Formats: sequence, C-alpha cells, structure tokens
Amino acid sequence: MRKITHQTVVRENDFLRMLTSIRVGTFLAWRDIKRANIWTTLLIIFVMTVTFLNLVVVSGILVGLIEGAVVAQKEHYTGDVIISHLRQKNYIEQSTDIVRYLHSLPSVQDVSARYIQGGSIEANYKTKVRASDITDNAPALIAGISPFDENSVTGISHTLIDGKYLDEGDYDKILVGASLLYKYTPVDTPSLRTLENVEVGSKVRLNIGGFVREVTVKGILKSKVSEVDSRIFMTDTQLRGLIGRTDLNADEIVVKLKPGADPSYVKNQLTNLGYANLAKIQTSEEAQPKFLKDMKDTFNLLGNVIGTIGLVVASITIFIIIFVNAITRRKYIGIMKGIGIDSDAIELSYIMQAFFYGIFGSAIGLGIIFGFLKPYFAANPINFPFSDGILVADPMGVMVRVGVLMLATVIAGFIPAKIVVRQNTLDAILGR
Amino acid sequence: MIIVKGLKKTYKIGSTELPVLRGIDMHVEKGEFVSITGRSGSGKSTLLYQLGLLDYPNSGSIIIDRMETSELTSSERTSMRLIELGYVFQDYALLPSLTAVENVMVPILMLSLSKKEAHKKAKHALSLVGLSERLNSLPSQLSGGEQQRVSIARAIGFEPKILFADEPTANLDTETSKMVLDIFLQLNALGQTIVMVTHEKDYAMLADRILTLSDGVISETKIGKKKK
Repeated sequence: MRKITHQTVVRENDFLRMLTSIRVGTFLAWRDIKRANIWTTLLIIFVMTVTFLNLVVVSGILVGLIEGAVVAQKEHYTGDVIISHLRQKNYIEQSTDIVRYLHSLPSVQDVSARYIQGGSIEANYKTKVRASDITDNAPALIAGISPFDENSVTGISHTLIDGKYLDEGDYDKILVGASLLYKYTPVDTPSLRTLENVEVGSKVRLNIGGFVREVTVKGILKSKVSEVDSRIFMTDTQLRGLIGRTDLNADEIVVKLKPGADPSYVKNQLTNLGYANLAKIQTSEEAQPKFLKDMKDTFNLLGNVIGTIGLVVASITIFIIIFVNAITRRKYIGIMKGIGIDSDAIELSYIMQAFFYGIFGSAIGLGIIFGFLKPYFAANPINFPFSDGILVADPMGVMVRVGVLMLATVIAGFIPAKIVVRQNTLDAILGR
Repeated sequence: MIIVKGLKKTYKIGSTELPVLRGIDMHVEKGEFVSITGRSGSGKSTLLYQLGLLDYPNSGSIIIDRMETSELTSSERTSMRLIELGYVFQDYALLPSLTAVENVMVPILMLSLSKKEAHKKAKHALSLVGLSERLNSLPSQLSGGEQQRVSIARAIGFEPKILFADEPTANLDTETSKMVLDIFLQLNALGQTIVMVTHEKDYAMLADRILTLSDGVISETKIGKKKK
C-alpha cells in the first residue's frame, strides 16, 4: 500500500502550492473579467468610482470649507507670521528694528506694518433731520497701512469687490470692509451695526480718538476674513498724522515668507533676539482662531462618518456582486474543484476580480479628483458665507482611503467566494 | 489500479434514508476499459462519484493506485483528482469564460507547469480529440460533440492514471457518440485506464468488462466485445 504523504498527494510544498494558486487564480480572474459583460463590468467600476469619490470628496469638501477660511485667514490677514502688540502695551516696541531685521532674513519675502486705532465710521449724517437724531454709525478698527507693503504681504487688493485700491499718496480716502456695510452684510443689531447707503464715492466720517475726519470711500473689501472685513483701511501716513503717532511703532507686523520657508524658524529667530518680550509672535497656524480648528476637526469627523457609511455600502455592494456572481457560477466552482483546482485558486480568482474593480474604480476616482475636481474647486471655490470652500485631498490621505477601499473590497470579495467554495463539490456540480 | 471493497452509500432525504450502493466489491486493472451500466437509478453515477473522489461513501474502502482514499483529507482528495484522476462529465462541464485550449490548460497549470508548457500539452490533448482547429473557441461557439471532446481533452491533458466518464454520450447524437467512444478506445489502446458509466448497452459492450448495477449491487459482470 502506498503511504499517503504530502509529497505524493499534495504538490511539493506549501509555498509552491500558493504560487500556483495565485497563478491559476489570476489566470481565471483575468479571463472572467475579459469575457464578462462589458456593461456589467462598467456598472461595477462606476459603483466603485462613486464610492471612492464619496469617501474622498464629501470629507474633502467639508474640510475644504474650513480650509478655505484658514487659507484666507493666512493669505489676507496673518501672512506666514504675525507680530502683534502685547496685551499690556498699545503698540509693538522697537517696531522699526523688528521690520529691519525681518527684511534682513533671506527667507522673508515681504513685510507690512499696520497701525491700528479703534474708532467709528459715520454715514448719512447729511440727511439727518434733527440735530438730536442718531446718525448711521458703526464701530470699527481703522488700520493704517502702506498700500504697497500690505498688498505685497496679504494681496488685499484682490479682495476688492468695488472701487479701487489705495495708492501710496492717497489722503482722505479709505477702504471699507464689507462687514461694515448693510448692502453686503444685511444685519443691523445693537451688537453688529452696519451702514446703509454707503458705496464707492460716498462721503463718510471717521471718528478716531475724538478726531473727526470726513473721508471718501475709495473701495470696498470682502475677504471672508472677519478681521479684514470689519476694518477700515487708510494710508499709514494719514492715520499716524490723525492720531499723532510719530514713533513708527506699529500695532501689527505681518510677514510673508518665500515659498518653502519655515514660519517657525522666523518666529524662533525673533524670539532668540528677545523680541518675544516686546511683542506677541505667532505663526499663521498659531494665530488661527480656535473655532476654526474645532470646526475643522468636527467636519473631518463628519466626513469620516459619511465616508465610513459609503465604505460599508460599497463593501455590501461588492459583496452582493461577488456573491451573486459566485452563486450563479456555483456549478462551475464545483466543476473546478472536481477537476482538481484547489479552493485557494478559486477564492483568489474572486478576490482578484474584486481587487480589479476596486483598483479601477479608485484609479478613475483619483483621475477625477486630481484631474478635474481639485483644479475646478481651486479655480471656482464654493461660495460659503465665511469661506471660499476648496476641495482638500492631500495625496497621503487619499492613498490611505484607496487602501481602505481596497481592503474592504477584497474582504467583500473573499467572503462570498469562501462561502460558495466551501460547499460540497458534488452538490455544487449537480446543483443540489 | 482500483480496488473497491464493501462500498456503501446512503442518501438522506429528510428523515428518509435511501440506500443507493449496498456493498460494492469490484476492481479495475491498469490499462483496463471498464464500463458500468444499469437502469436509471441503479446507482451507477453514484458509484462513479465515489470512485472519482467527488463524494464520500458511508462505508467501505476505495484503493486507487495502492492508496487508501478514505484516509485522505478534502485537500488531498482535490490534489489526487488533479494528479491521478481525469473526469468527463455528462454535460461537458466546461468553464464558459475560457476558450477550448484554456479549459484544458487550467488543471495542467495547477500542476505548476509553466503557461507555455501547459498550452503545449493542452494543444496536444485537443489534437488527440480532433480539435486542433478550435483551440480559441469559447464553449458557446462549439457544438455538443465538440464540447464533449474538449471535456475529454481536459480530462486527459495532464495524463491522469484513470479516466472516469459519466454518461459521456448522453447528450450526443449517434454519430458524435461513436466519435467520442472511438477516442476512448484509442486512449485505452495507448494504455489509459478508463471507467465509463453508460446506460447504452451497445456502447458499454465496447469495453473490456461490463459491470451491471442493479439495486445498488453489481449483479452481473460480462466480458466486452473488445476483449472477445
């Protein structure tokens, strides 16, 4: 009697056996895909593509709404580094030294110093009927800027929605943030006052520390950054003249770095020189309002929840597709086992088919995201009240999602194949 | 080549037990062509399923090429089917998404042969059954007789020790049936051991020995025309 050994019955070794199963599984899977109904294949790939988009785009847009606000905050208000006066001080001491030092750093591209003064803006005072009537007014921060420097750092001129940007020699001309005007922010409550009937060319009065000056609105800004949109901008020379500041000590200094430069490095350099004792030095990330960070986390979570639901739906879809496929081909699975094809090879053929659908769906999804959606949303941001929403899809995060989708797809392909392959060979062949 | 002792198989349908094989004792010599015949429901296909290791008997012993098969695990039985046993099904049982040559190649590939070698062997097997011109046809593009010949080519492609055929002519016309039986006779002449189940007495008579099954036991053993 022959002795039963693995060598006589089962081929040489498990490794070779596994390699053979992979080879045969691939052989079967590829031919199944190649000769499957093209419309069925396209439908499955379409489902996978939509699932992938759901995984990436939904959370990407949710996060992108906040990311748009973060980007705007950095681009139009804080720059890469913002230096502001200490809480107990009215201005940044040694501002000129700081500005000079910043200009000497090779990583610094532009610097803008701002002079900030609290005050109010008054409109429609000429139409007041009685002297006792309260005129249309709103509290505001008035920022004195060098139009050229400020624009170099924050590109503020690009946020103009009406009128023209300030020129260096402008006098009695201002830019007004849209949050101060009823036309653009139709809210008027005791805590948020806005001015009616103010547009480019309108005469308004600025009340700055008791000094009243009639000026002309030269432009209106809307950046969707509250700090910018609730301010009034005029040339620094005029503001300093109005408030009698002669020391050149600014209230805010914003810095734009060259591409790739590290804001923390600049902050550390300033700190090492002791400027942190004279001013509050923050990178744009540190200066982000906490609510933005919280919202970003919340939207990220929401996106992940929606993405997970999408992933579960996709897994179930793949499961059903593979299960129906395997059930309808139960007889052939039985035949394959009958002619000696081992279960691993048959299961692998189904896993590979699922893998193929997942890979193709993801690849098309990647193409749509990086070839169309991301550039499209970058060029045409979603007009959200507090931000211009973009699509956030960083390659690393997207690849993680591809991995998750592939894993879910492979599991969803494996389980039904396993269920069908485990059935009795003869029952499968005879359809019992 | 095959020794069967006291083979019993009972199917359970609900609470009812239906004995199909009631104690089969038989043997098949190496290079022999044995046909199993009998009335419908006599248990001939069930016997072939047990011999072909597609099903498990309730009791008894099947020794194939000096190996006691009752001791084999499921995976070992699959491997044994692959290495030593070829099976021709009544309804051809070809994989619809594979061409004729690919259908024949699959079990050969499973033997760890390269794709090139598998293709060469599959081509050879198909040429033995007269299908050299239909290598790349899908089963749906082949006639019943051609499909059955592909099925035979698949069963002999990896040179099995025993070829089992379950009613190989049941779905074929007379002319095609004769062609298929000619192939079996040619293979047998080359030394291939064949066990064929058929209900057609004329076809059964072409074998060396004819075993007639009746009520789950072998009721008669005859010498076939071939031996005479």
